[in-house]
Amino acid sequence: MATAAPAKTTPRAGRAVTARPARRRRTSLRTRVELIVLLGPALLLFIGFVLAPIVVAVYYSFYSYHGFGPLTDYVGFRNYHTALSDPTFRHAILNNIRIVALSLIIQGPLSIGLALLLNRKMHGQAFLRLVVFAPYVIAEAITAVVWLLMLQPDGVVNQTLTNLGLESLIRDWLGSQDLVFYTVFVVLTWKYIGFGIILLLAGLQGIPGELREAAAIDGATPWQSTRLVVLPLLGPTLRIWIFLTVIGSLQQFDMVWVLTQNAPADAPTTMATYMFEHGYQRYSYGYGSAVTVILFVICFVFAVFYQRFALRRDVQGALTGRAA
Amino acid sequence: MRSIRSTAALALVATAALVAACSSSKSGNGNGGGGGGGTGGGSSNGAASVTLTWWHNANQDPGRKTWQQIADAYHAAHPNVSFKIQPIQNEQLKAKVPLALQGSNPPSLYNQWGGGALITQVQSGKVMDITQAVSSWVNQQIGNAAKGWQLDGKQYGIPYDLHVVGFWYRKDLFQQAGITAPPTTMDELNADVVKLKSAGIAPIAVGSKDQWPDAFWYDYFVLRECPQNTVQDGIKNQRFDDPCFVKAAQDLQTFLNTKPFQPSYLATSAQQGAGSSAGLVANGKAAMELQGDWELPTMIPLTHDKNYASKLSWFPFPAVGGGQGDQRAALGGGDGFSCTSKATDACPDFLKYISSTEVQTKLVQTTTATLPSNPAAVSAITDPTLKLAENYLKDTQYNQLYFDQALTTDVGLALNKAIADFFAGKGSPEDIPKSVAEAAAQQ
Repeated sequence: MATAAPAKTTPRAGRAVTARPARRRRTSLRTRVELIVLLGPALLLFIGFVLAPIVVAVYYSFYSYHGFGPLTDYVGFRNYHTALSDPTFRHAILNNIRIVALSLIIQGPLSIGLALLLNRKMHGQAFLRLVVFAPYVIAEAITAVVWLLMLQPDGVVNQTLTNLGLESLIRDWLGSQDLVFYTVFVVLTWKYIGFGIILLLAGLQGIPGELREAAAIDGATPWQSTRLVVLPLLGPTLRIWIFLTVIGSLQQFDMVWVLTQNAPADAPTTMATYMFEHGYQRYSYGYGSAVTVILFVICFVFAVFYQRFALRRDVQGALTGRAA
Repeated sequence: MRSIRSTAALALVATAALVAACSSSKSGNGNGGGGGGGTGGGSSNGAASVTLTWWHNANQDPGRKTWQQIADAYHAAHPNVSFKIQPIQNEQLKAKVPLALQGSNPPSLYNQWGGGALITQVQSGKVMDITQAVSSWVNQQIGNAAKGWQLDGKQYGIPYDLHVVGFWYRKDLFQQAGITAPPTTMDELNADVVKLKSAGIAPIAVGSKDQWPDAFWYDYFVLRECPQNTVQDGIKNQRFDDPCFVKAAQDLQTFLNTKPFQPSYLATSAQQGAGSSAGLVANGKAAMELQGDWELPTMIPLTHDKNYASKLSWFPFPAVGGGQGDQRAALGGGDGFSCTSKATDACPDFLKYISSTEVQTKLVQTTTATLPSNPAAVSAITDPTLKLAENYLKDTQYNQLYFDQALTTDVGLALNKAIADFFAGKGSPEDIPKSVAEAAAQQ
């Protein structure tokens, strides 16, 4: 769906129309060969590693299957029914939704603010950008292990609090059922804030300085020009960031698993870690497949609607559209 | 247009080169694999070379080094047999094995704990039936203990050591709290917990994050509350219907209410690092731990204390007053290895070598194995603590395999989960036995 839209509207396609009729047959033949040569390998990979596994997962999800031998035990929709009526899985879906909501509400404004700040000319700008972006470059599992050590009862976090005389703030960060989800979220924010900032910084670079200048000449205060000129022009980047954040949050696995292994009592469990524990570790591959299909459907539905309603304007080009 | 054409040509050339590279490397691999397979078929003459891929869970020294030495020694005596050894952390190994058995390239030799997991793995058709290959020596070298690695009378693996779960405790910390003798009843254990707490010592370490250490507690309460045949029927039928299974959960509840564990125990893992339950005992931050006899070699790498082993001792799970079960029953199991269809006759022959008195003695001396499966090597145990565990295992009339291992994997892990939830204060005593029937109904 995403690939079809730009082809229609790219200016090059429009310009080519006049030259087309005369060379049509040759072009179409060559285009076809080019398409096959250039798209073929990618298409094969896409079918083999994306489409086929989805189809296979859907197929498996209708069986009670323990990983060995042929699929014989057809159970219809039982796996789906079990999953959706399991309070733990429903709690996992809720956790994913909470990660999505908190990410948008907390990481969004934070990213915008820090990006605006880092976009100003100042000493050590490159260094600061590097520092902010560094956590995103570290693998998620490694981040989780580092934080796991820091969050131990006598780890760096609690020791720092003690040294600052803030003993009253010491908590059982990963052992408390009320707290563990938020602990994980803080670590996720620490890691992914750099991604939002770098994306938005790139967006800010694309906004011509003349526009702010013009606004300033017209008497806009810096706050007004940020709010009324810069932020609206940042829209396309923001919408992409929202899209990536929501999908990432729905699929969250590494951080939750390495930090908590779903302990205690499934307080931090997400759909992906639930799938790993209940499907993979227990050799219940049929059930695990059903869970992944549910996760896939949720992501897919979101992606389709988001592309259809939120990203369509960006695909047409928000800058040119608004200017006209 | 010209630029497009030349780009296309370039892409074509690049793609062709890529395809060529892939296919050539593939054929290279194919040759190698085919060669290995060919030698596998002809290995009876003993001349052709074989490589055994070996996955084991001793990813730390001394175990890691010892297995390497054993493999090297076997290779020196059988130059045609080479090894490709991959030590993998225990939890990761458990996750990797089923996946490998689904694929076409499983390891030749991997850790096998018997029970329900063995049943599931045999269904893959890739676990080697070694009944014939081992029949000439297994009875003399291992004896009855090998039965845990059988299914329908066929031998699918050989244990290299046996296990018993009990309390590891620090004599120095017990002394500090004024405890003179290890507890023999739950009442005494409860009294000791109070004493340790008032001395400012975390009484018991548990690795709740990994779930299975929690299960040891419930398993033992069941062994104390339920008669032997009730337990065995419950596991066989995957139904914990007898009221004694609920009674055991109530005992656990009462015990949990005394808050005997270290701070943040719900987020503590069992074996990974100094913050794990093993590490806490090793570094003197908790006084005892209910764990298997493997705990000594697990703890040693986690502390700098050179005299650590001398500070430890061992006592069995206490008797539960009024319990209908065997008050001297032991919870345990063993570590073994299974060969796969990828392996050759060299694999069971290597298992024979591992079972020999010579290697078994070496395993014990290096603390790679704590309680050897070959009784002839028992005399090599020098650590007084391990001797206590070995004696308990030798004297017990009833040695029950850990429930999560005895049940099929899905049911066993569902039970562990219910117990871990219970440790976190979620669920009622009835929910633990119920989890077994519910998981079994899903099969």
